[in-house]
Amino acid sequence: MSTNLTDYDTDNRGGEDGTQVVGHILQPGVDLSHKVILYLEAISVSFDGFKALNNLNLTIDAGELRCIIGPNGAGKTTMMDVITGKTRPDAGTCFFGQTLDLTRMTEPEIAHAGIGRKFQKPTIFENHTVFENLELAMKTDKRAWASLFAWLSQEGRDRITDTLKQVRLDHEADRPAGLLSHGQKQWLEIGMLLMQEPQLLLLDEPVAGMTDDETERTGELFKSLAGKHSLVVVEHDMAFIEQLGGKVTVLHEGSVLAEGDLATVQADPRVIEVYLGR
Amino acid sequence: MRTPFTIRVLAAMPRSGWIAMGLFAAITLVLMPALHLFVPEGHPFHVSNYVITLGGKIMCYAIVAVAMDLVWGYAGILSLGHGMFFALGGYAFGMYLMRGIGTDGSYQSHLPDFMVFLDWKELPWYWAGSDSFVLTLILVLAVPSLVAFVFGYFAFRSRIKGVYFAIITQALTFAAMLLFFRNETGFGGNNGFTDFKRILGYDITSPEMRATLFALSALALMLALLAGRYLATSKFGRVLAAIRDAESRVMFIGYNPLHYKLFIWTFSAMLCGIAGALYVPQVGIINPGEMSPANSIEIAIWVAVGGRGTLIGPIIGAGLVNGFKSFFTVAFPEYWLFFLGALFVGVTLWLPEGVVGLWKRIRARVAA
Amino acid sequence: MTDTGPTMKRLLLTLLLLLLPASNAFAALDPALVRQLAAEESDDKIAAIRQLGASASADAAKVLKAMADDELLVADEAVFIFDGEQAVDAATGAVIDPVPETYESITVNNRLRSELANALAALKLYDPDRAVRLAAATELQSNAGIGMAPILAAAMAKETDAGIQALLKQAHALANLENPDAAARLAAVELLADSASPATRGLLLPLLDEANEPDAAVREAAAQAVDAIEARLAFGEILGQIFSGLSLSSILLLAALGLAITYGVMGVINMAHGELLMIGAYATFFTQTLFRAYFPDYIDWYVLAAIPAAFLAAALVGMLLERTVIRRLYGRPLETLLATWGLSLILIQAARMLFGAQNVEVANPVWMSGGVEIMAGLVLPWNRIVIIGFTLFVLALVWVLMQKTRLGLFVRAITQNRPMAGCVGVPTGRVDTMAFGLGAGIAGLGGVALSQIANVGPDMGQGYIVDSFLVVVLGGVGQLAGAVWAALGLGVVTKFLEGWSGAVIAKIVVLVIVIVFIQKRPQGLFALKGRFVDN
Ligand SMILES: Nc1ncnc2c1ncn2[C@@H]1O[C@H](COP(=O)(O)OP(=O)(O)OP(=O)(O)O)[C@@H](O)[C@H]1O
Ligand SMILES: [Mg+2]
Repeated sequence: MSTNLTDYDTDNRGGEDGTQVVGHILQPGVDLSHKVILYLEAISVSFDGFKALNNLNLTIDAGELRCIIGPNGAGKTTMMDVITGKTRPDAGTCFFGQTLDLTRMTEPEIAHAGIGRKFQKPTIFENHTVFENLELAMKTDKRAWASLFAWLSQEGRDRITDTLKQVRLDHEADRPAGLLSHGQKQWLEIGMLLMQEPQLLLLDEPVAGMTDDETERTGELFKSLAGKHSLVVVEHDMAFIEQLGGKVTVLHEGSVLAEGDLATVQADPRVIEVYLGR
Repeated sequence: MRTPFTIRVLAAMPRSGWIAMGLFAAITLVLMPALHLFVPEGHPFHVSNYVITLGGKIMCYAIVAVAMDLVWGYAGILSLGHGMFFALGGYAFGMYLMRGIGTDGSYQSHLPDFMVFLDWKELPWYWAGSDSFVLTLILVLAVPSLVAFVFGYFAFRSRIKGVYFAIITQALTFAAMLLFFRNETGFGGNNGFTDFKRILGYDITSPEMRATLFALSALALMLALLAGRYLATSKFGRVLAAIRDAESRVMFIGYNPLHYKLFIWTFSAMLCGIAGALYVPQVGIINPGEMSPANSIEIAIWVAVGGRGTLIGPIIGAGLVNGFKSFFTVAFPEYWLFFLGALFVGVTLWLPEGVVGLWKRIRARVAA
Repeated sequence: MTDTGPTMKRLLLTLLLLLLPASNAFAALDPALVRQLAAEESDDKIAAIRQLGASASADAAKVLKAMADDELLVADEAVFIFDGEQAVDAATGAVIDPVPETYESITVNNRLRSELANALAALKLYDPDRAVRLAAATELQSNAGIGMAPILAAAMAKETDAGIQALLKQAHALANLENPDAAARLAAVELLADSASPATRGLLLPLLDEANEPDAAVREAAAQAVDAIEARLAFGEILGQIFSGLSLSSILLLAALGLAITYGVMGVINMAHGELLMIGAYATFFTQTLFRAYFPDYIDWYVLAAIPAAFLAAALVGMLLERTVIRRLYGRPLETLLATWGLSLILIQAARMLFGAQNVEVANPVWMSGGVEIMAGLVLPWNRIVIIGFTLFVLALVWVLMQKTRLGLFVRAITQNRPMAGCVGVPTGRVDTMAFGLGAGIAGLGGVALSQIANVGPDMGQGYIVDSFLVVVLGGVGQLAGAVWAALGLGVVTKFLEGWSGAVIAKIVVLVIVIVFIQKRPQGLFALKGRFVDN
């Protein structure tokens, strides 16, 4: 009932997850014993016969900052849909850590397990104030009954204020979020993601619509998050990817075309073909 | 670090709200009943039977309006079947009232008249316990909630919303109406329940009983408003509004919309049931007509007229529309439907935020 | 009512009396035979009745009728008919004046009565009027005793009409069930096995019992015959249910087709849709009134004229609604729902004030009344058949309009992407109005059909709104084909359920099925997949 922020609250995942890990001490969050946070194996998704993902294999290490690039329609957003439970794959498995089978969990369960997502098109709660947006995202007991009696504690308030400063929206705290500019909305969504304290952040084109200055600041922020969190960033902006400096995966027609650091990938003739061939 | 619950409740309304509510309580709980009971008839200050009953009736409607606003205004779920929950509460209490007639009915049987008429020899099983007041109160709360819960669970689980949901709830109340129209269903068919005699042994038409029911309706209305305000200002209310605006986004930050919607939906149905139970003894009749789709959709217009998502607006709306209705159906019965129809069109076109929104705009303009 | 009764009766009596003299010309009957009607022994009387019954004479009919009505009297040697005012000699038809002072009536016991009834029916078998013969033969299907057998045989020999011939054959077989000769009974039972009437089954059932039927072969044959009849009856019942299901489907589809355009394709929740049906029905009524007043000779064809009239009336009202109200609410479905509900209230009240609150009378034209008999006991009414045909016509019309015309192309373009359609030069505003008018007009056509089978009144539309939405929702929004299948499914399932459980329960069960179905497939039968679905 109280909003104790330091507690991890795993109740929301229900009994199944609790009983799955017989023999382990119920760890808070995700089981990272093999240093891998996300496994995608042979994932296929088709829409009316069109294969958006085709035998996709991908693993993300714990603490890694991974960039995903690929031409329009390569299946990047669809991949995130699969990870977050929005789209169910036709085939393949998708594990979060060692134990959590994402294909069997609902969206809220996945979010609660520690995966946060920023959408390609900024989606925030336009009728709520900026402050309330962050409050809603804040990591806490999110069950209906708890919300009924939740009361924002001073610590919670402080955390929101800190995040507001971090995303430079402290002067907009009490404005309806719908009134923000496009770039500010992007920042707000990043702020919400931070409030969620996820283990794994999925960021779909986070810097679209930002100035160069802001793009750079975002890059700094992401780099500072890496290590403690794992990040998957989808971007078309190559300069930004260069700044992030992580491993790069190229998607094409629903499967991995190449993987490696940016320079290697950019030199790969198949990648050049895909990008220039269009 | 915990803030006491009472403080949270107090925070649900601004000071002016509490003052207004105190005033309302003084009028409806003390003044009106007193004027009805103790001022002799014919005296200019006497509050007549008609006024007390009409007032009580409208307050019951206002409870329904609050219930509707919680689901429509805050959760964005337009229900066209709230009349059914209202009627279910009414029927649940009506059963008790029917049993209260005892052998004073026209057939002087211990069975309700309509059962004698159908040549039934004993009460059907689902009438068991209907002579117990306490059980009846439980039933009044449980039946509408249960129906709402089961229906809501299936509907929300499949993410049915918007117009689909509205149409399905309309179909639901329509089906319920057909069911209750049947004599074999055991709720009096066409005619429903009427000719009530007493509650807890007291004469239902006595001024004391009227005043009590009136005051109870007022109390229920105030509690409903307070509960509504609490919900709306709590984090629960903010999550609900977030679900209304961007349901999938809410899921991705870890809330399960199903539980939130189901809670507010069931709670709303329960409020309707309470309103129905208070309504039936005051108007003295309940029949399947209460479940007609037209009745349910009228509830939506009370809310729209007052202003969605404001809670106080729907109360005002219920009062205004039903006040007009009482006036029109006596003065120009043939124009009432024109007026009501025009109200539907006019409010949606020109007054999307209802009278409360209008009031706010006027105040903003005056202030500017 | 009570005080006009006697005068009415007297009036009728005088009329009858005026008619009577014309039929008073008697051809003489055999006086001995007539005399035998007054014999002491019932058996003698019966013999006489049968003989008169087989005589194929109208006068014999008159005498037997009088006997059945206790108006046949005996005085001394004369047998005469006395109707309360006048006495007529039964054999010669001569008026007896004065009426004899003392007379006796002829006792007619129950046995005689049924003989009389049979004989009278048999006499009708010789009537020159085919309709009378048909009625008589039909009458005999359920109560022909063995006494009738020779009469029926004689009538069969004379009958030329094949239909009546078949009926007579049946009746003859029925009569022969009481034949003491087992072979004759067997033949009868075998012939009756071709029947499909519950009455025949009822007559055959006792033959299964040894107490009633001593002959094993006949019992065996009867058992087979009963089985055959039952199978045929069950088949007929299923056929009947399928037909009424089809008929209901066609009505649902007509009611829903307009909505499939306005809601399904344009996304406008029009709660006044039922009232557009109502307008179509009133337009039909209005056309009928016009025809009655100005072209009474062509009254049978008013329905054809009503089709364009109803289409135009409903389309005009629809376009008016679109221009004034609905247009301002595009993209706000719940508001549209409420506003159009308001419009429906206004339209209902307007109809009430224009045409009165009572239902108005819309008559089927002659060519739509009656029906075709597919098999015994299964008559398909013409009006239903015509409506099924009409539904197919409207369906084809809608399909052509949506697939083959520019309007259809524009509408489909706008459905998919309104701003884009606007950019490439589709006049979105005008197309919206036209498309809505089209949907409304189609609803008007539905109204024409409804006026032929349902009550036409101000509230008639309200009953269809939920059903129509269910059809569209079940079929999948934006899918005409889906609406067709949904209507078919709903109609047939409803009718079958009604056969089981009565109308109300059937309706409730169907609603539950729809709700459960939408659980499984929220997008309807024919789901549109794609990104635009969830928002
Ligand atoms: N719900 C859906 N229904 C049908 N097709 C879909 C759906 N979602 C995605 N697709 C198709 O799958 C393919 C991959 O889409 P996706 O959004 O994943 O691409 P992307 O890599 O994110 O592209 P972009 O860089 O433009 O964002 C596209 O061709 C798209 O049309
Ligand atoms: Mg994308």
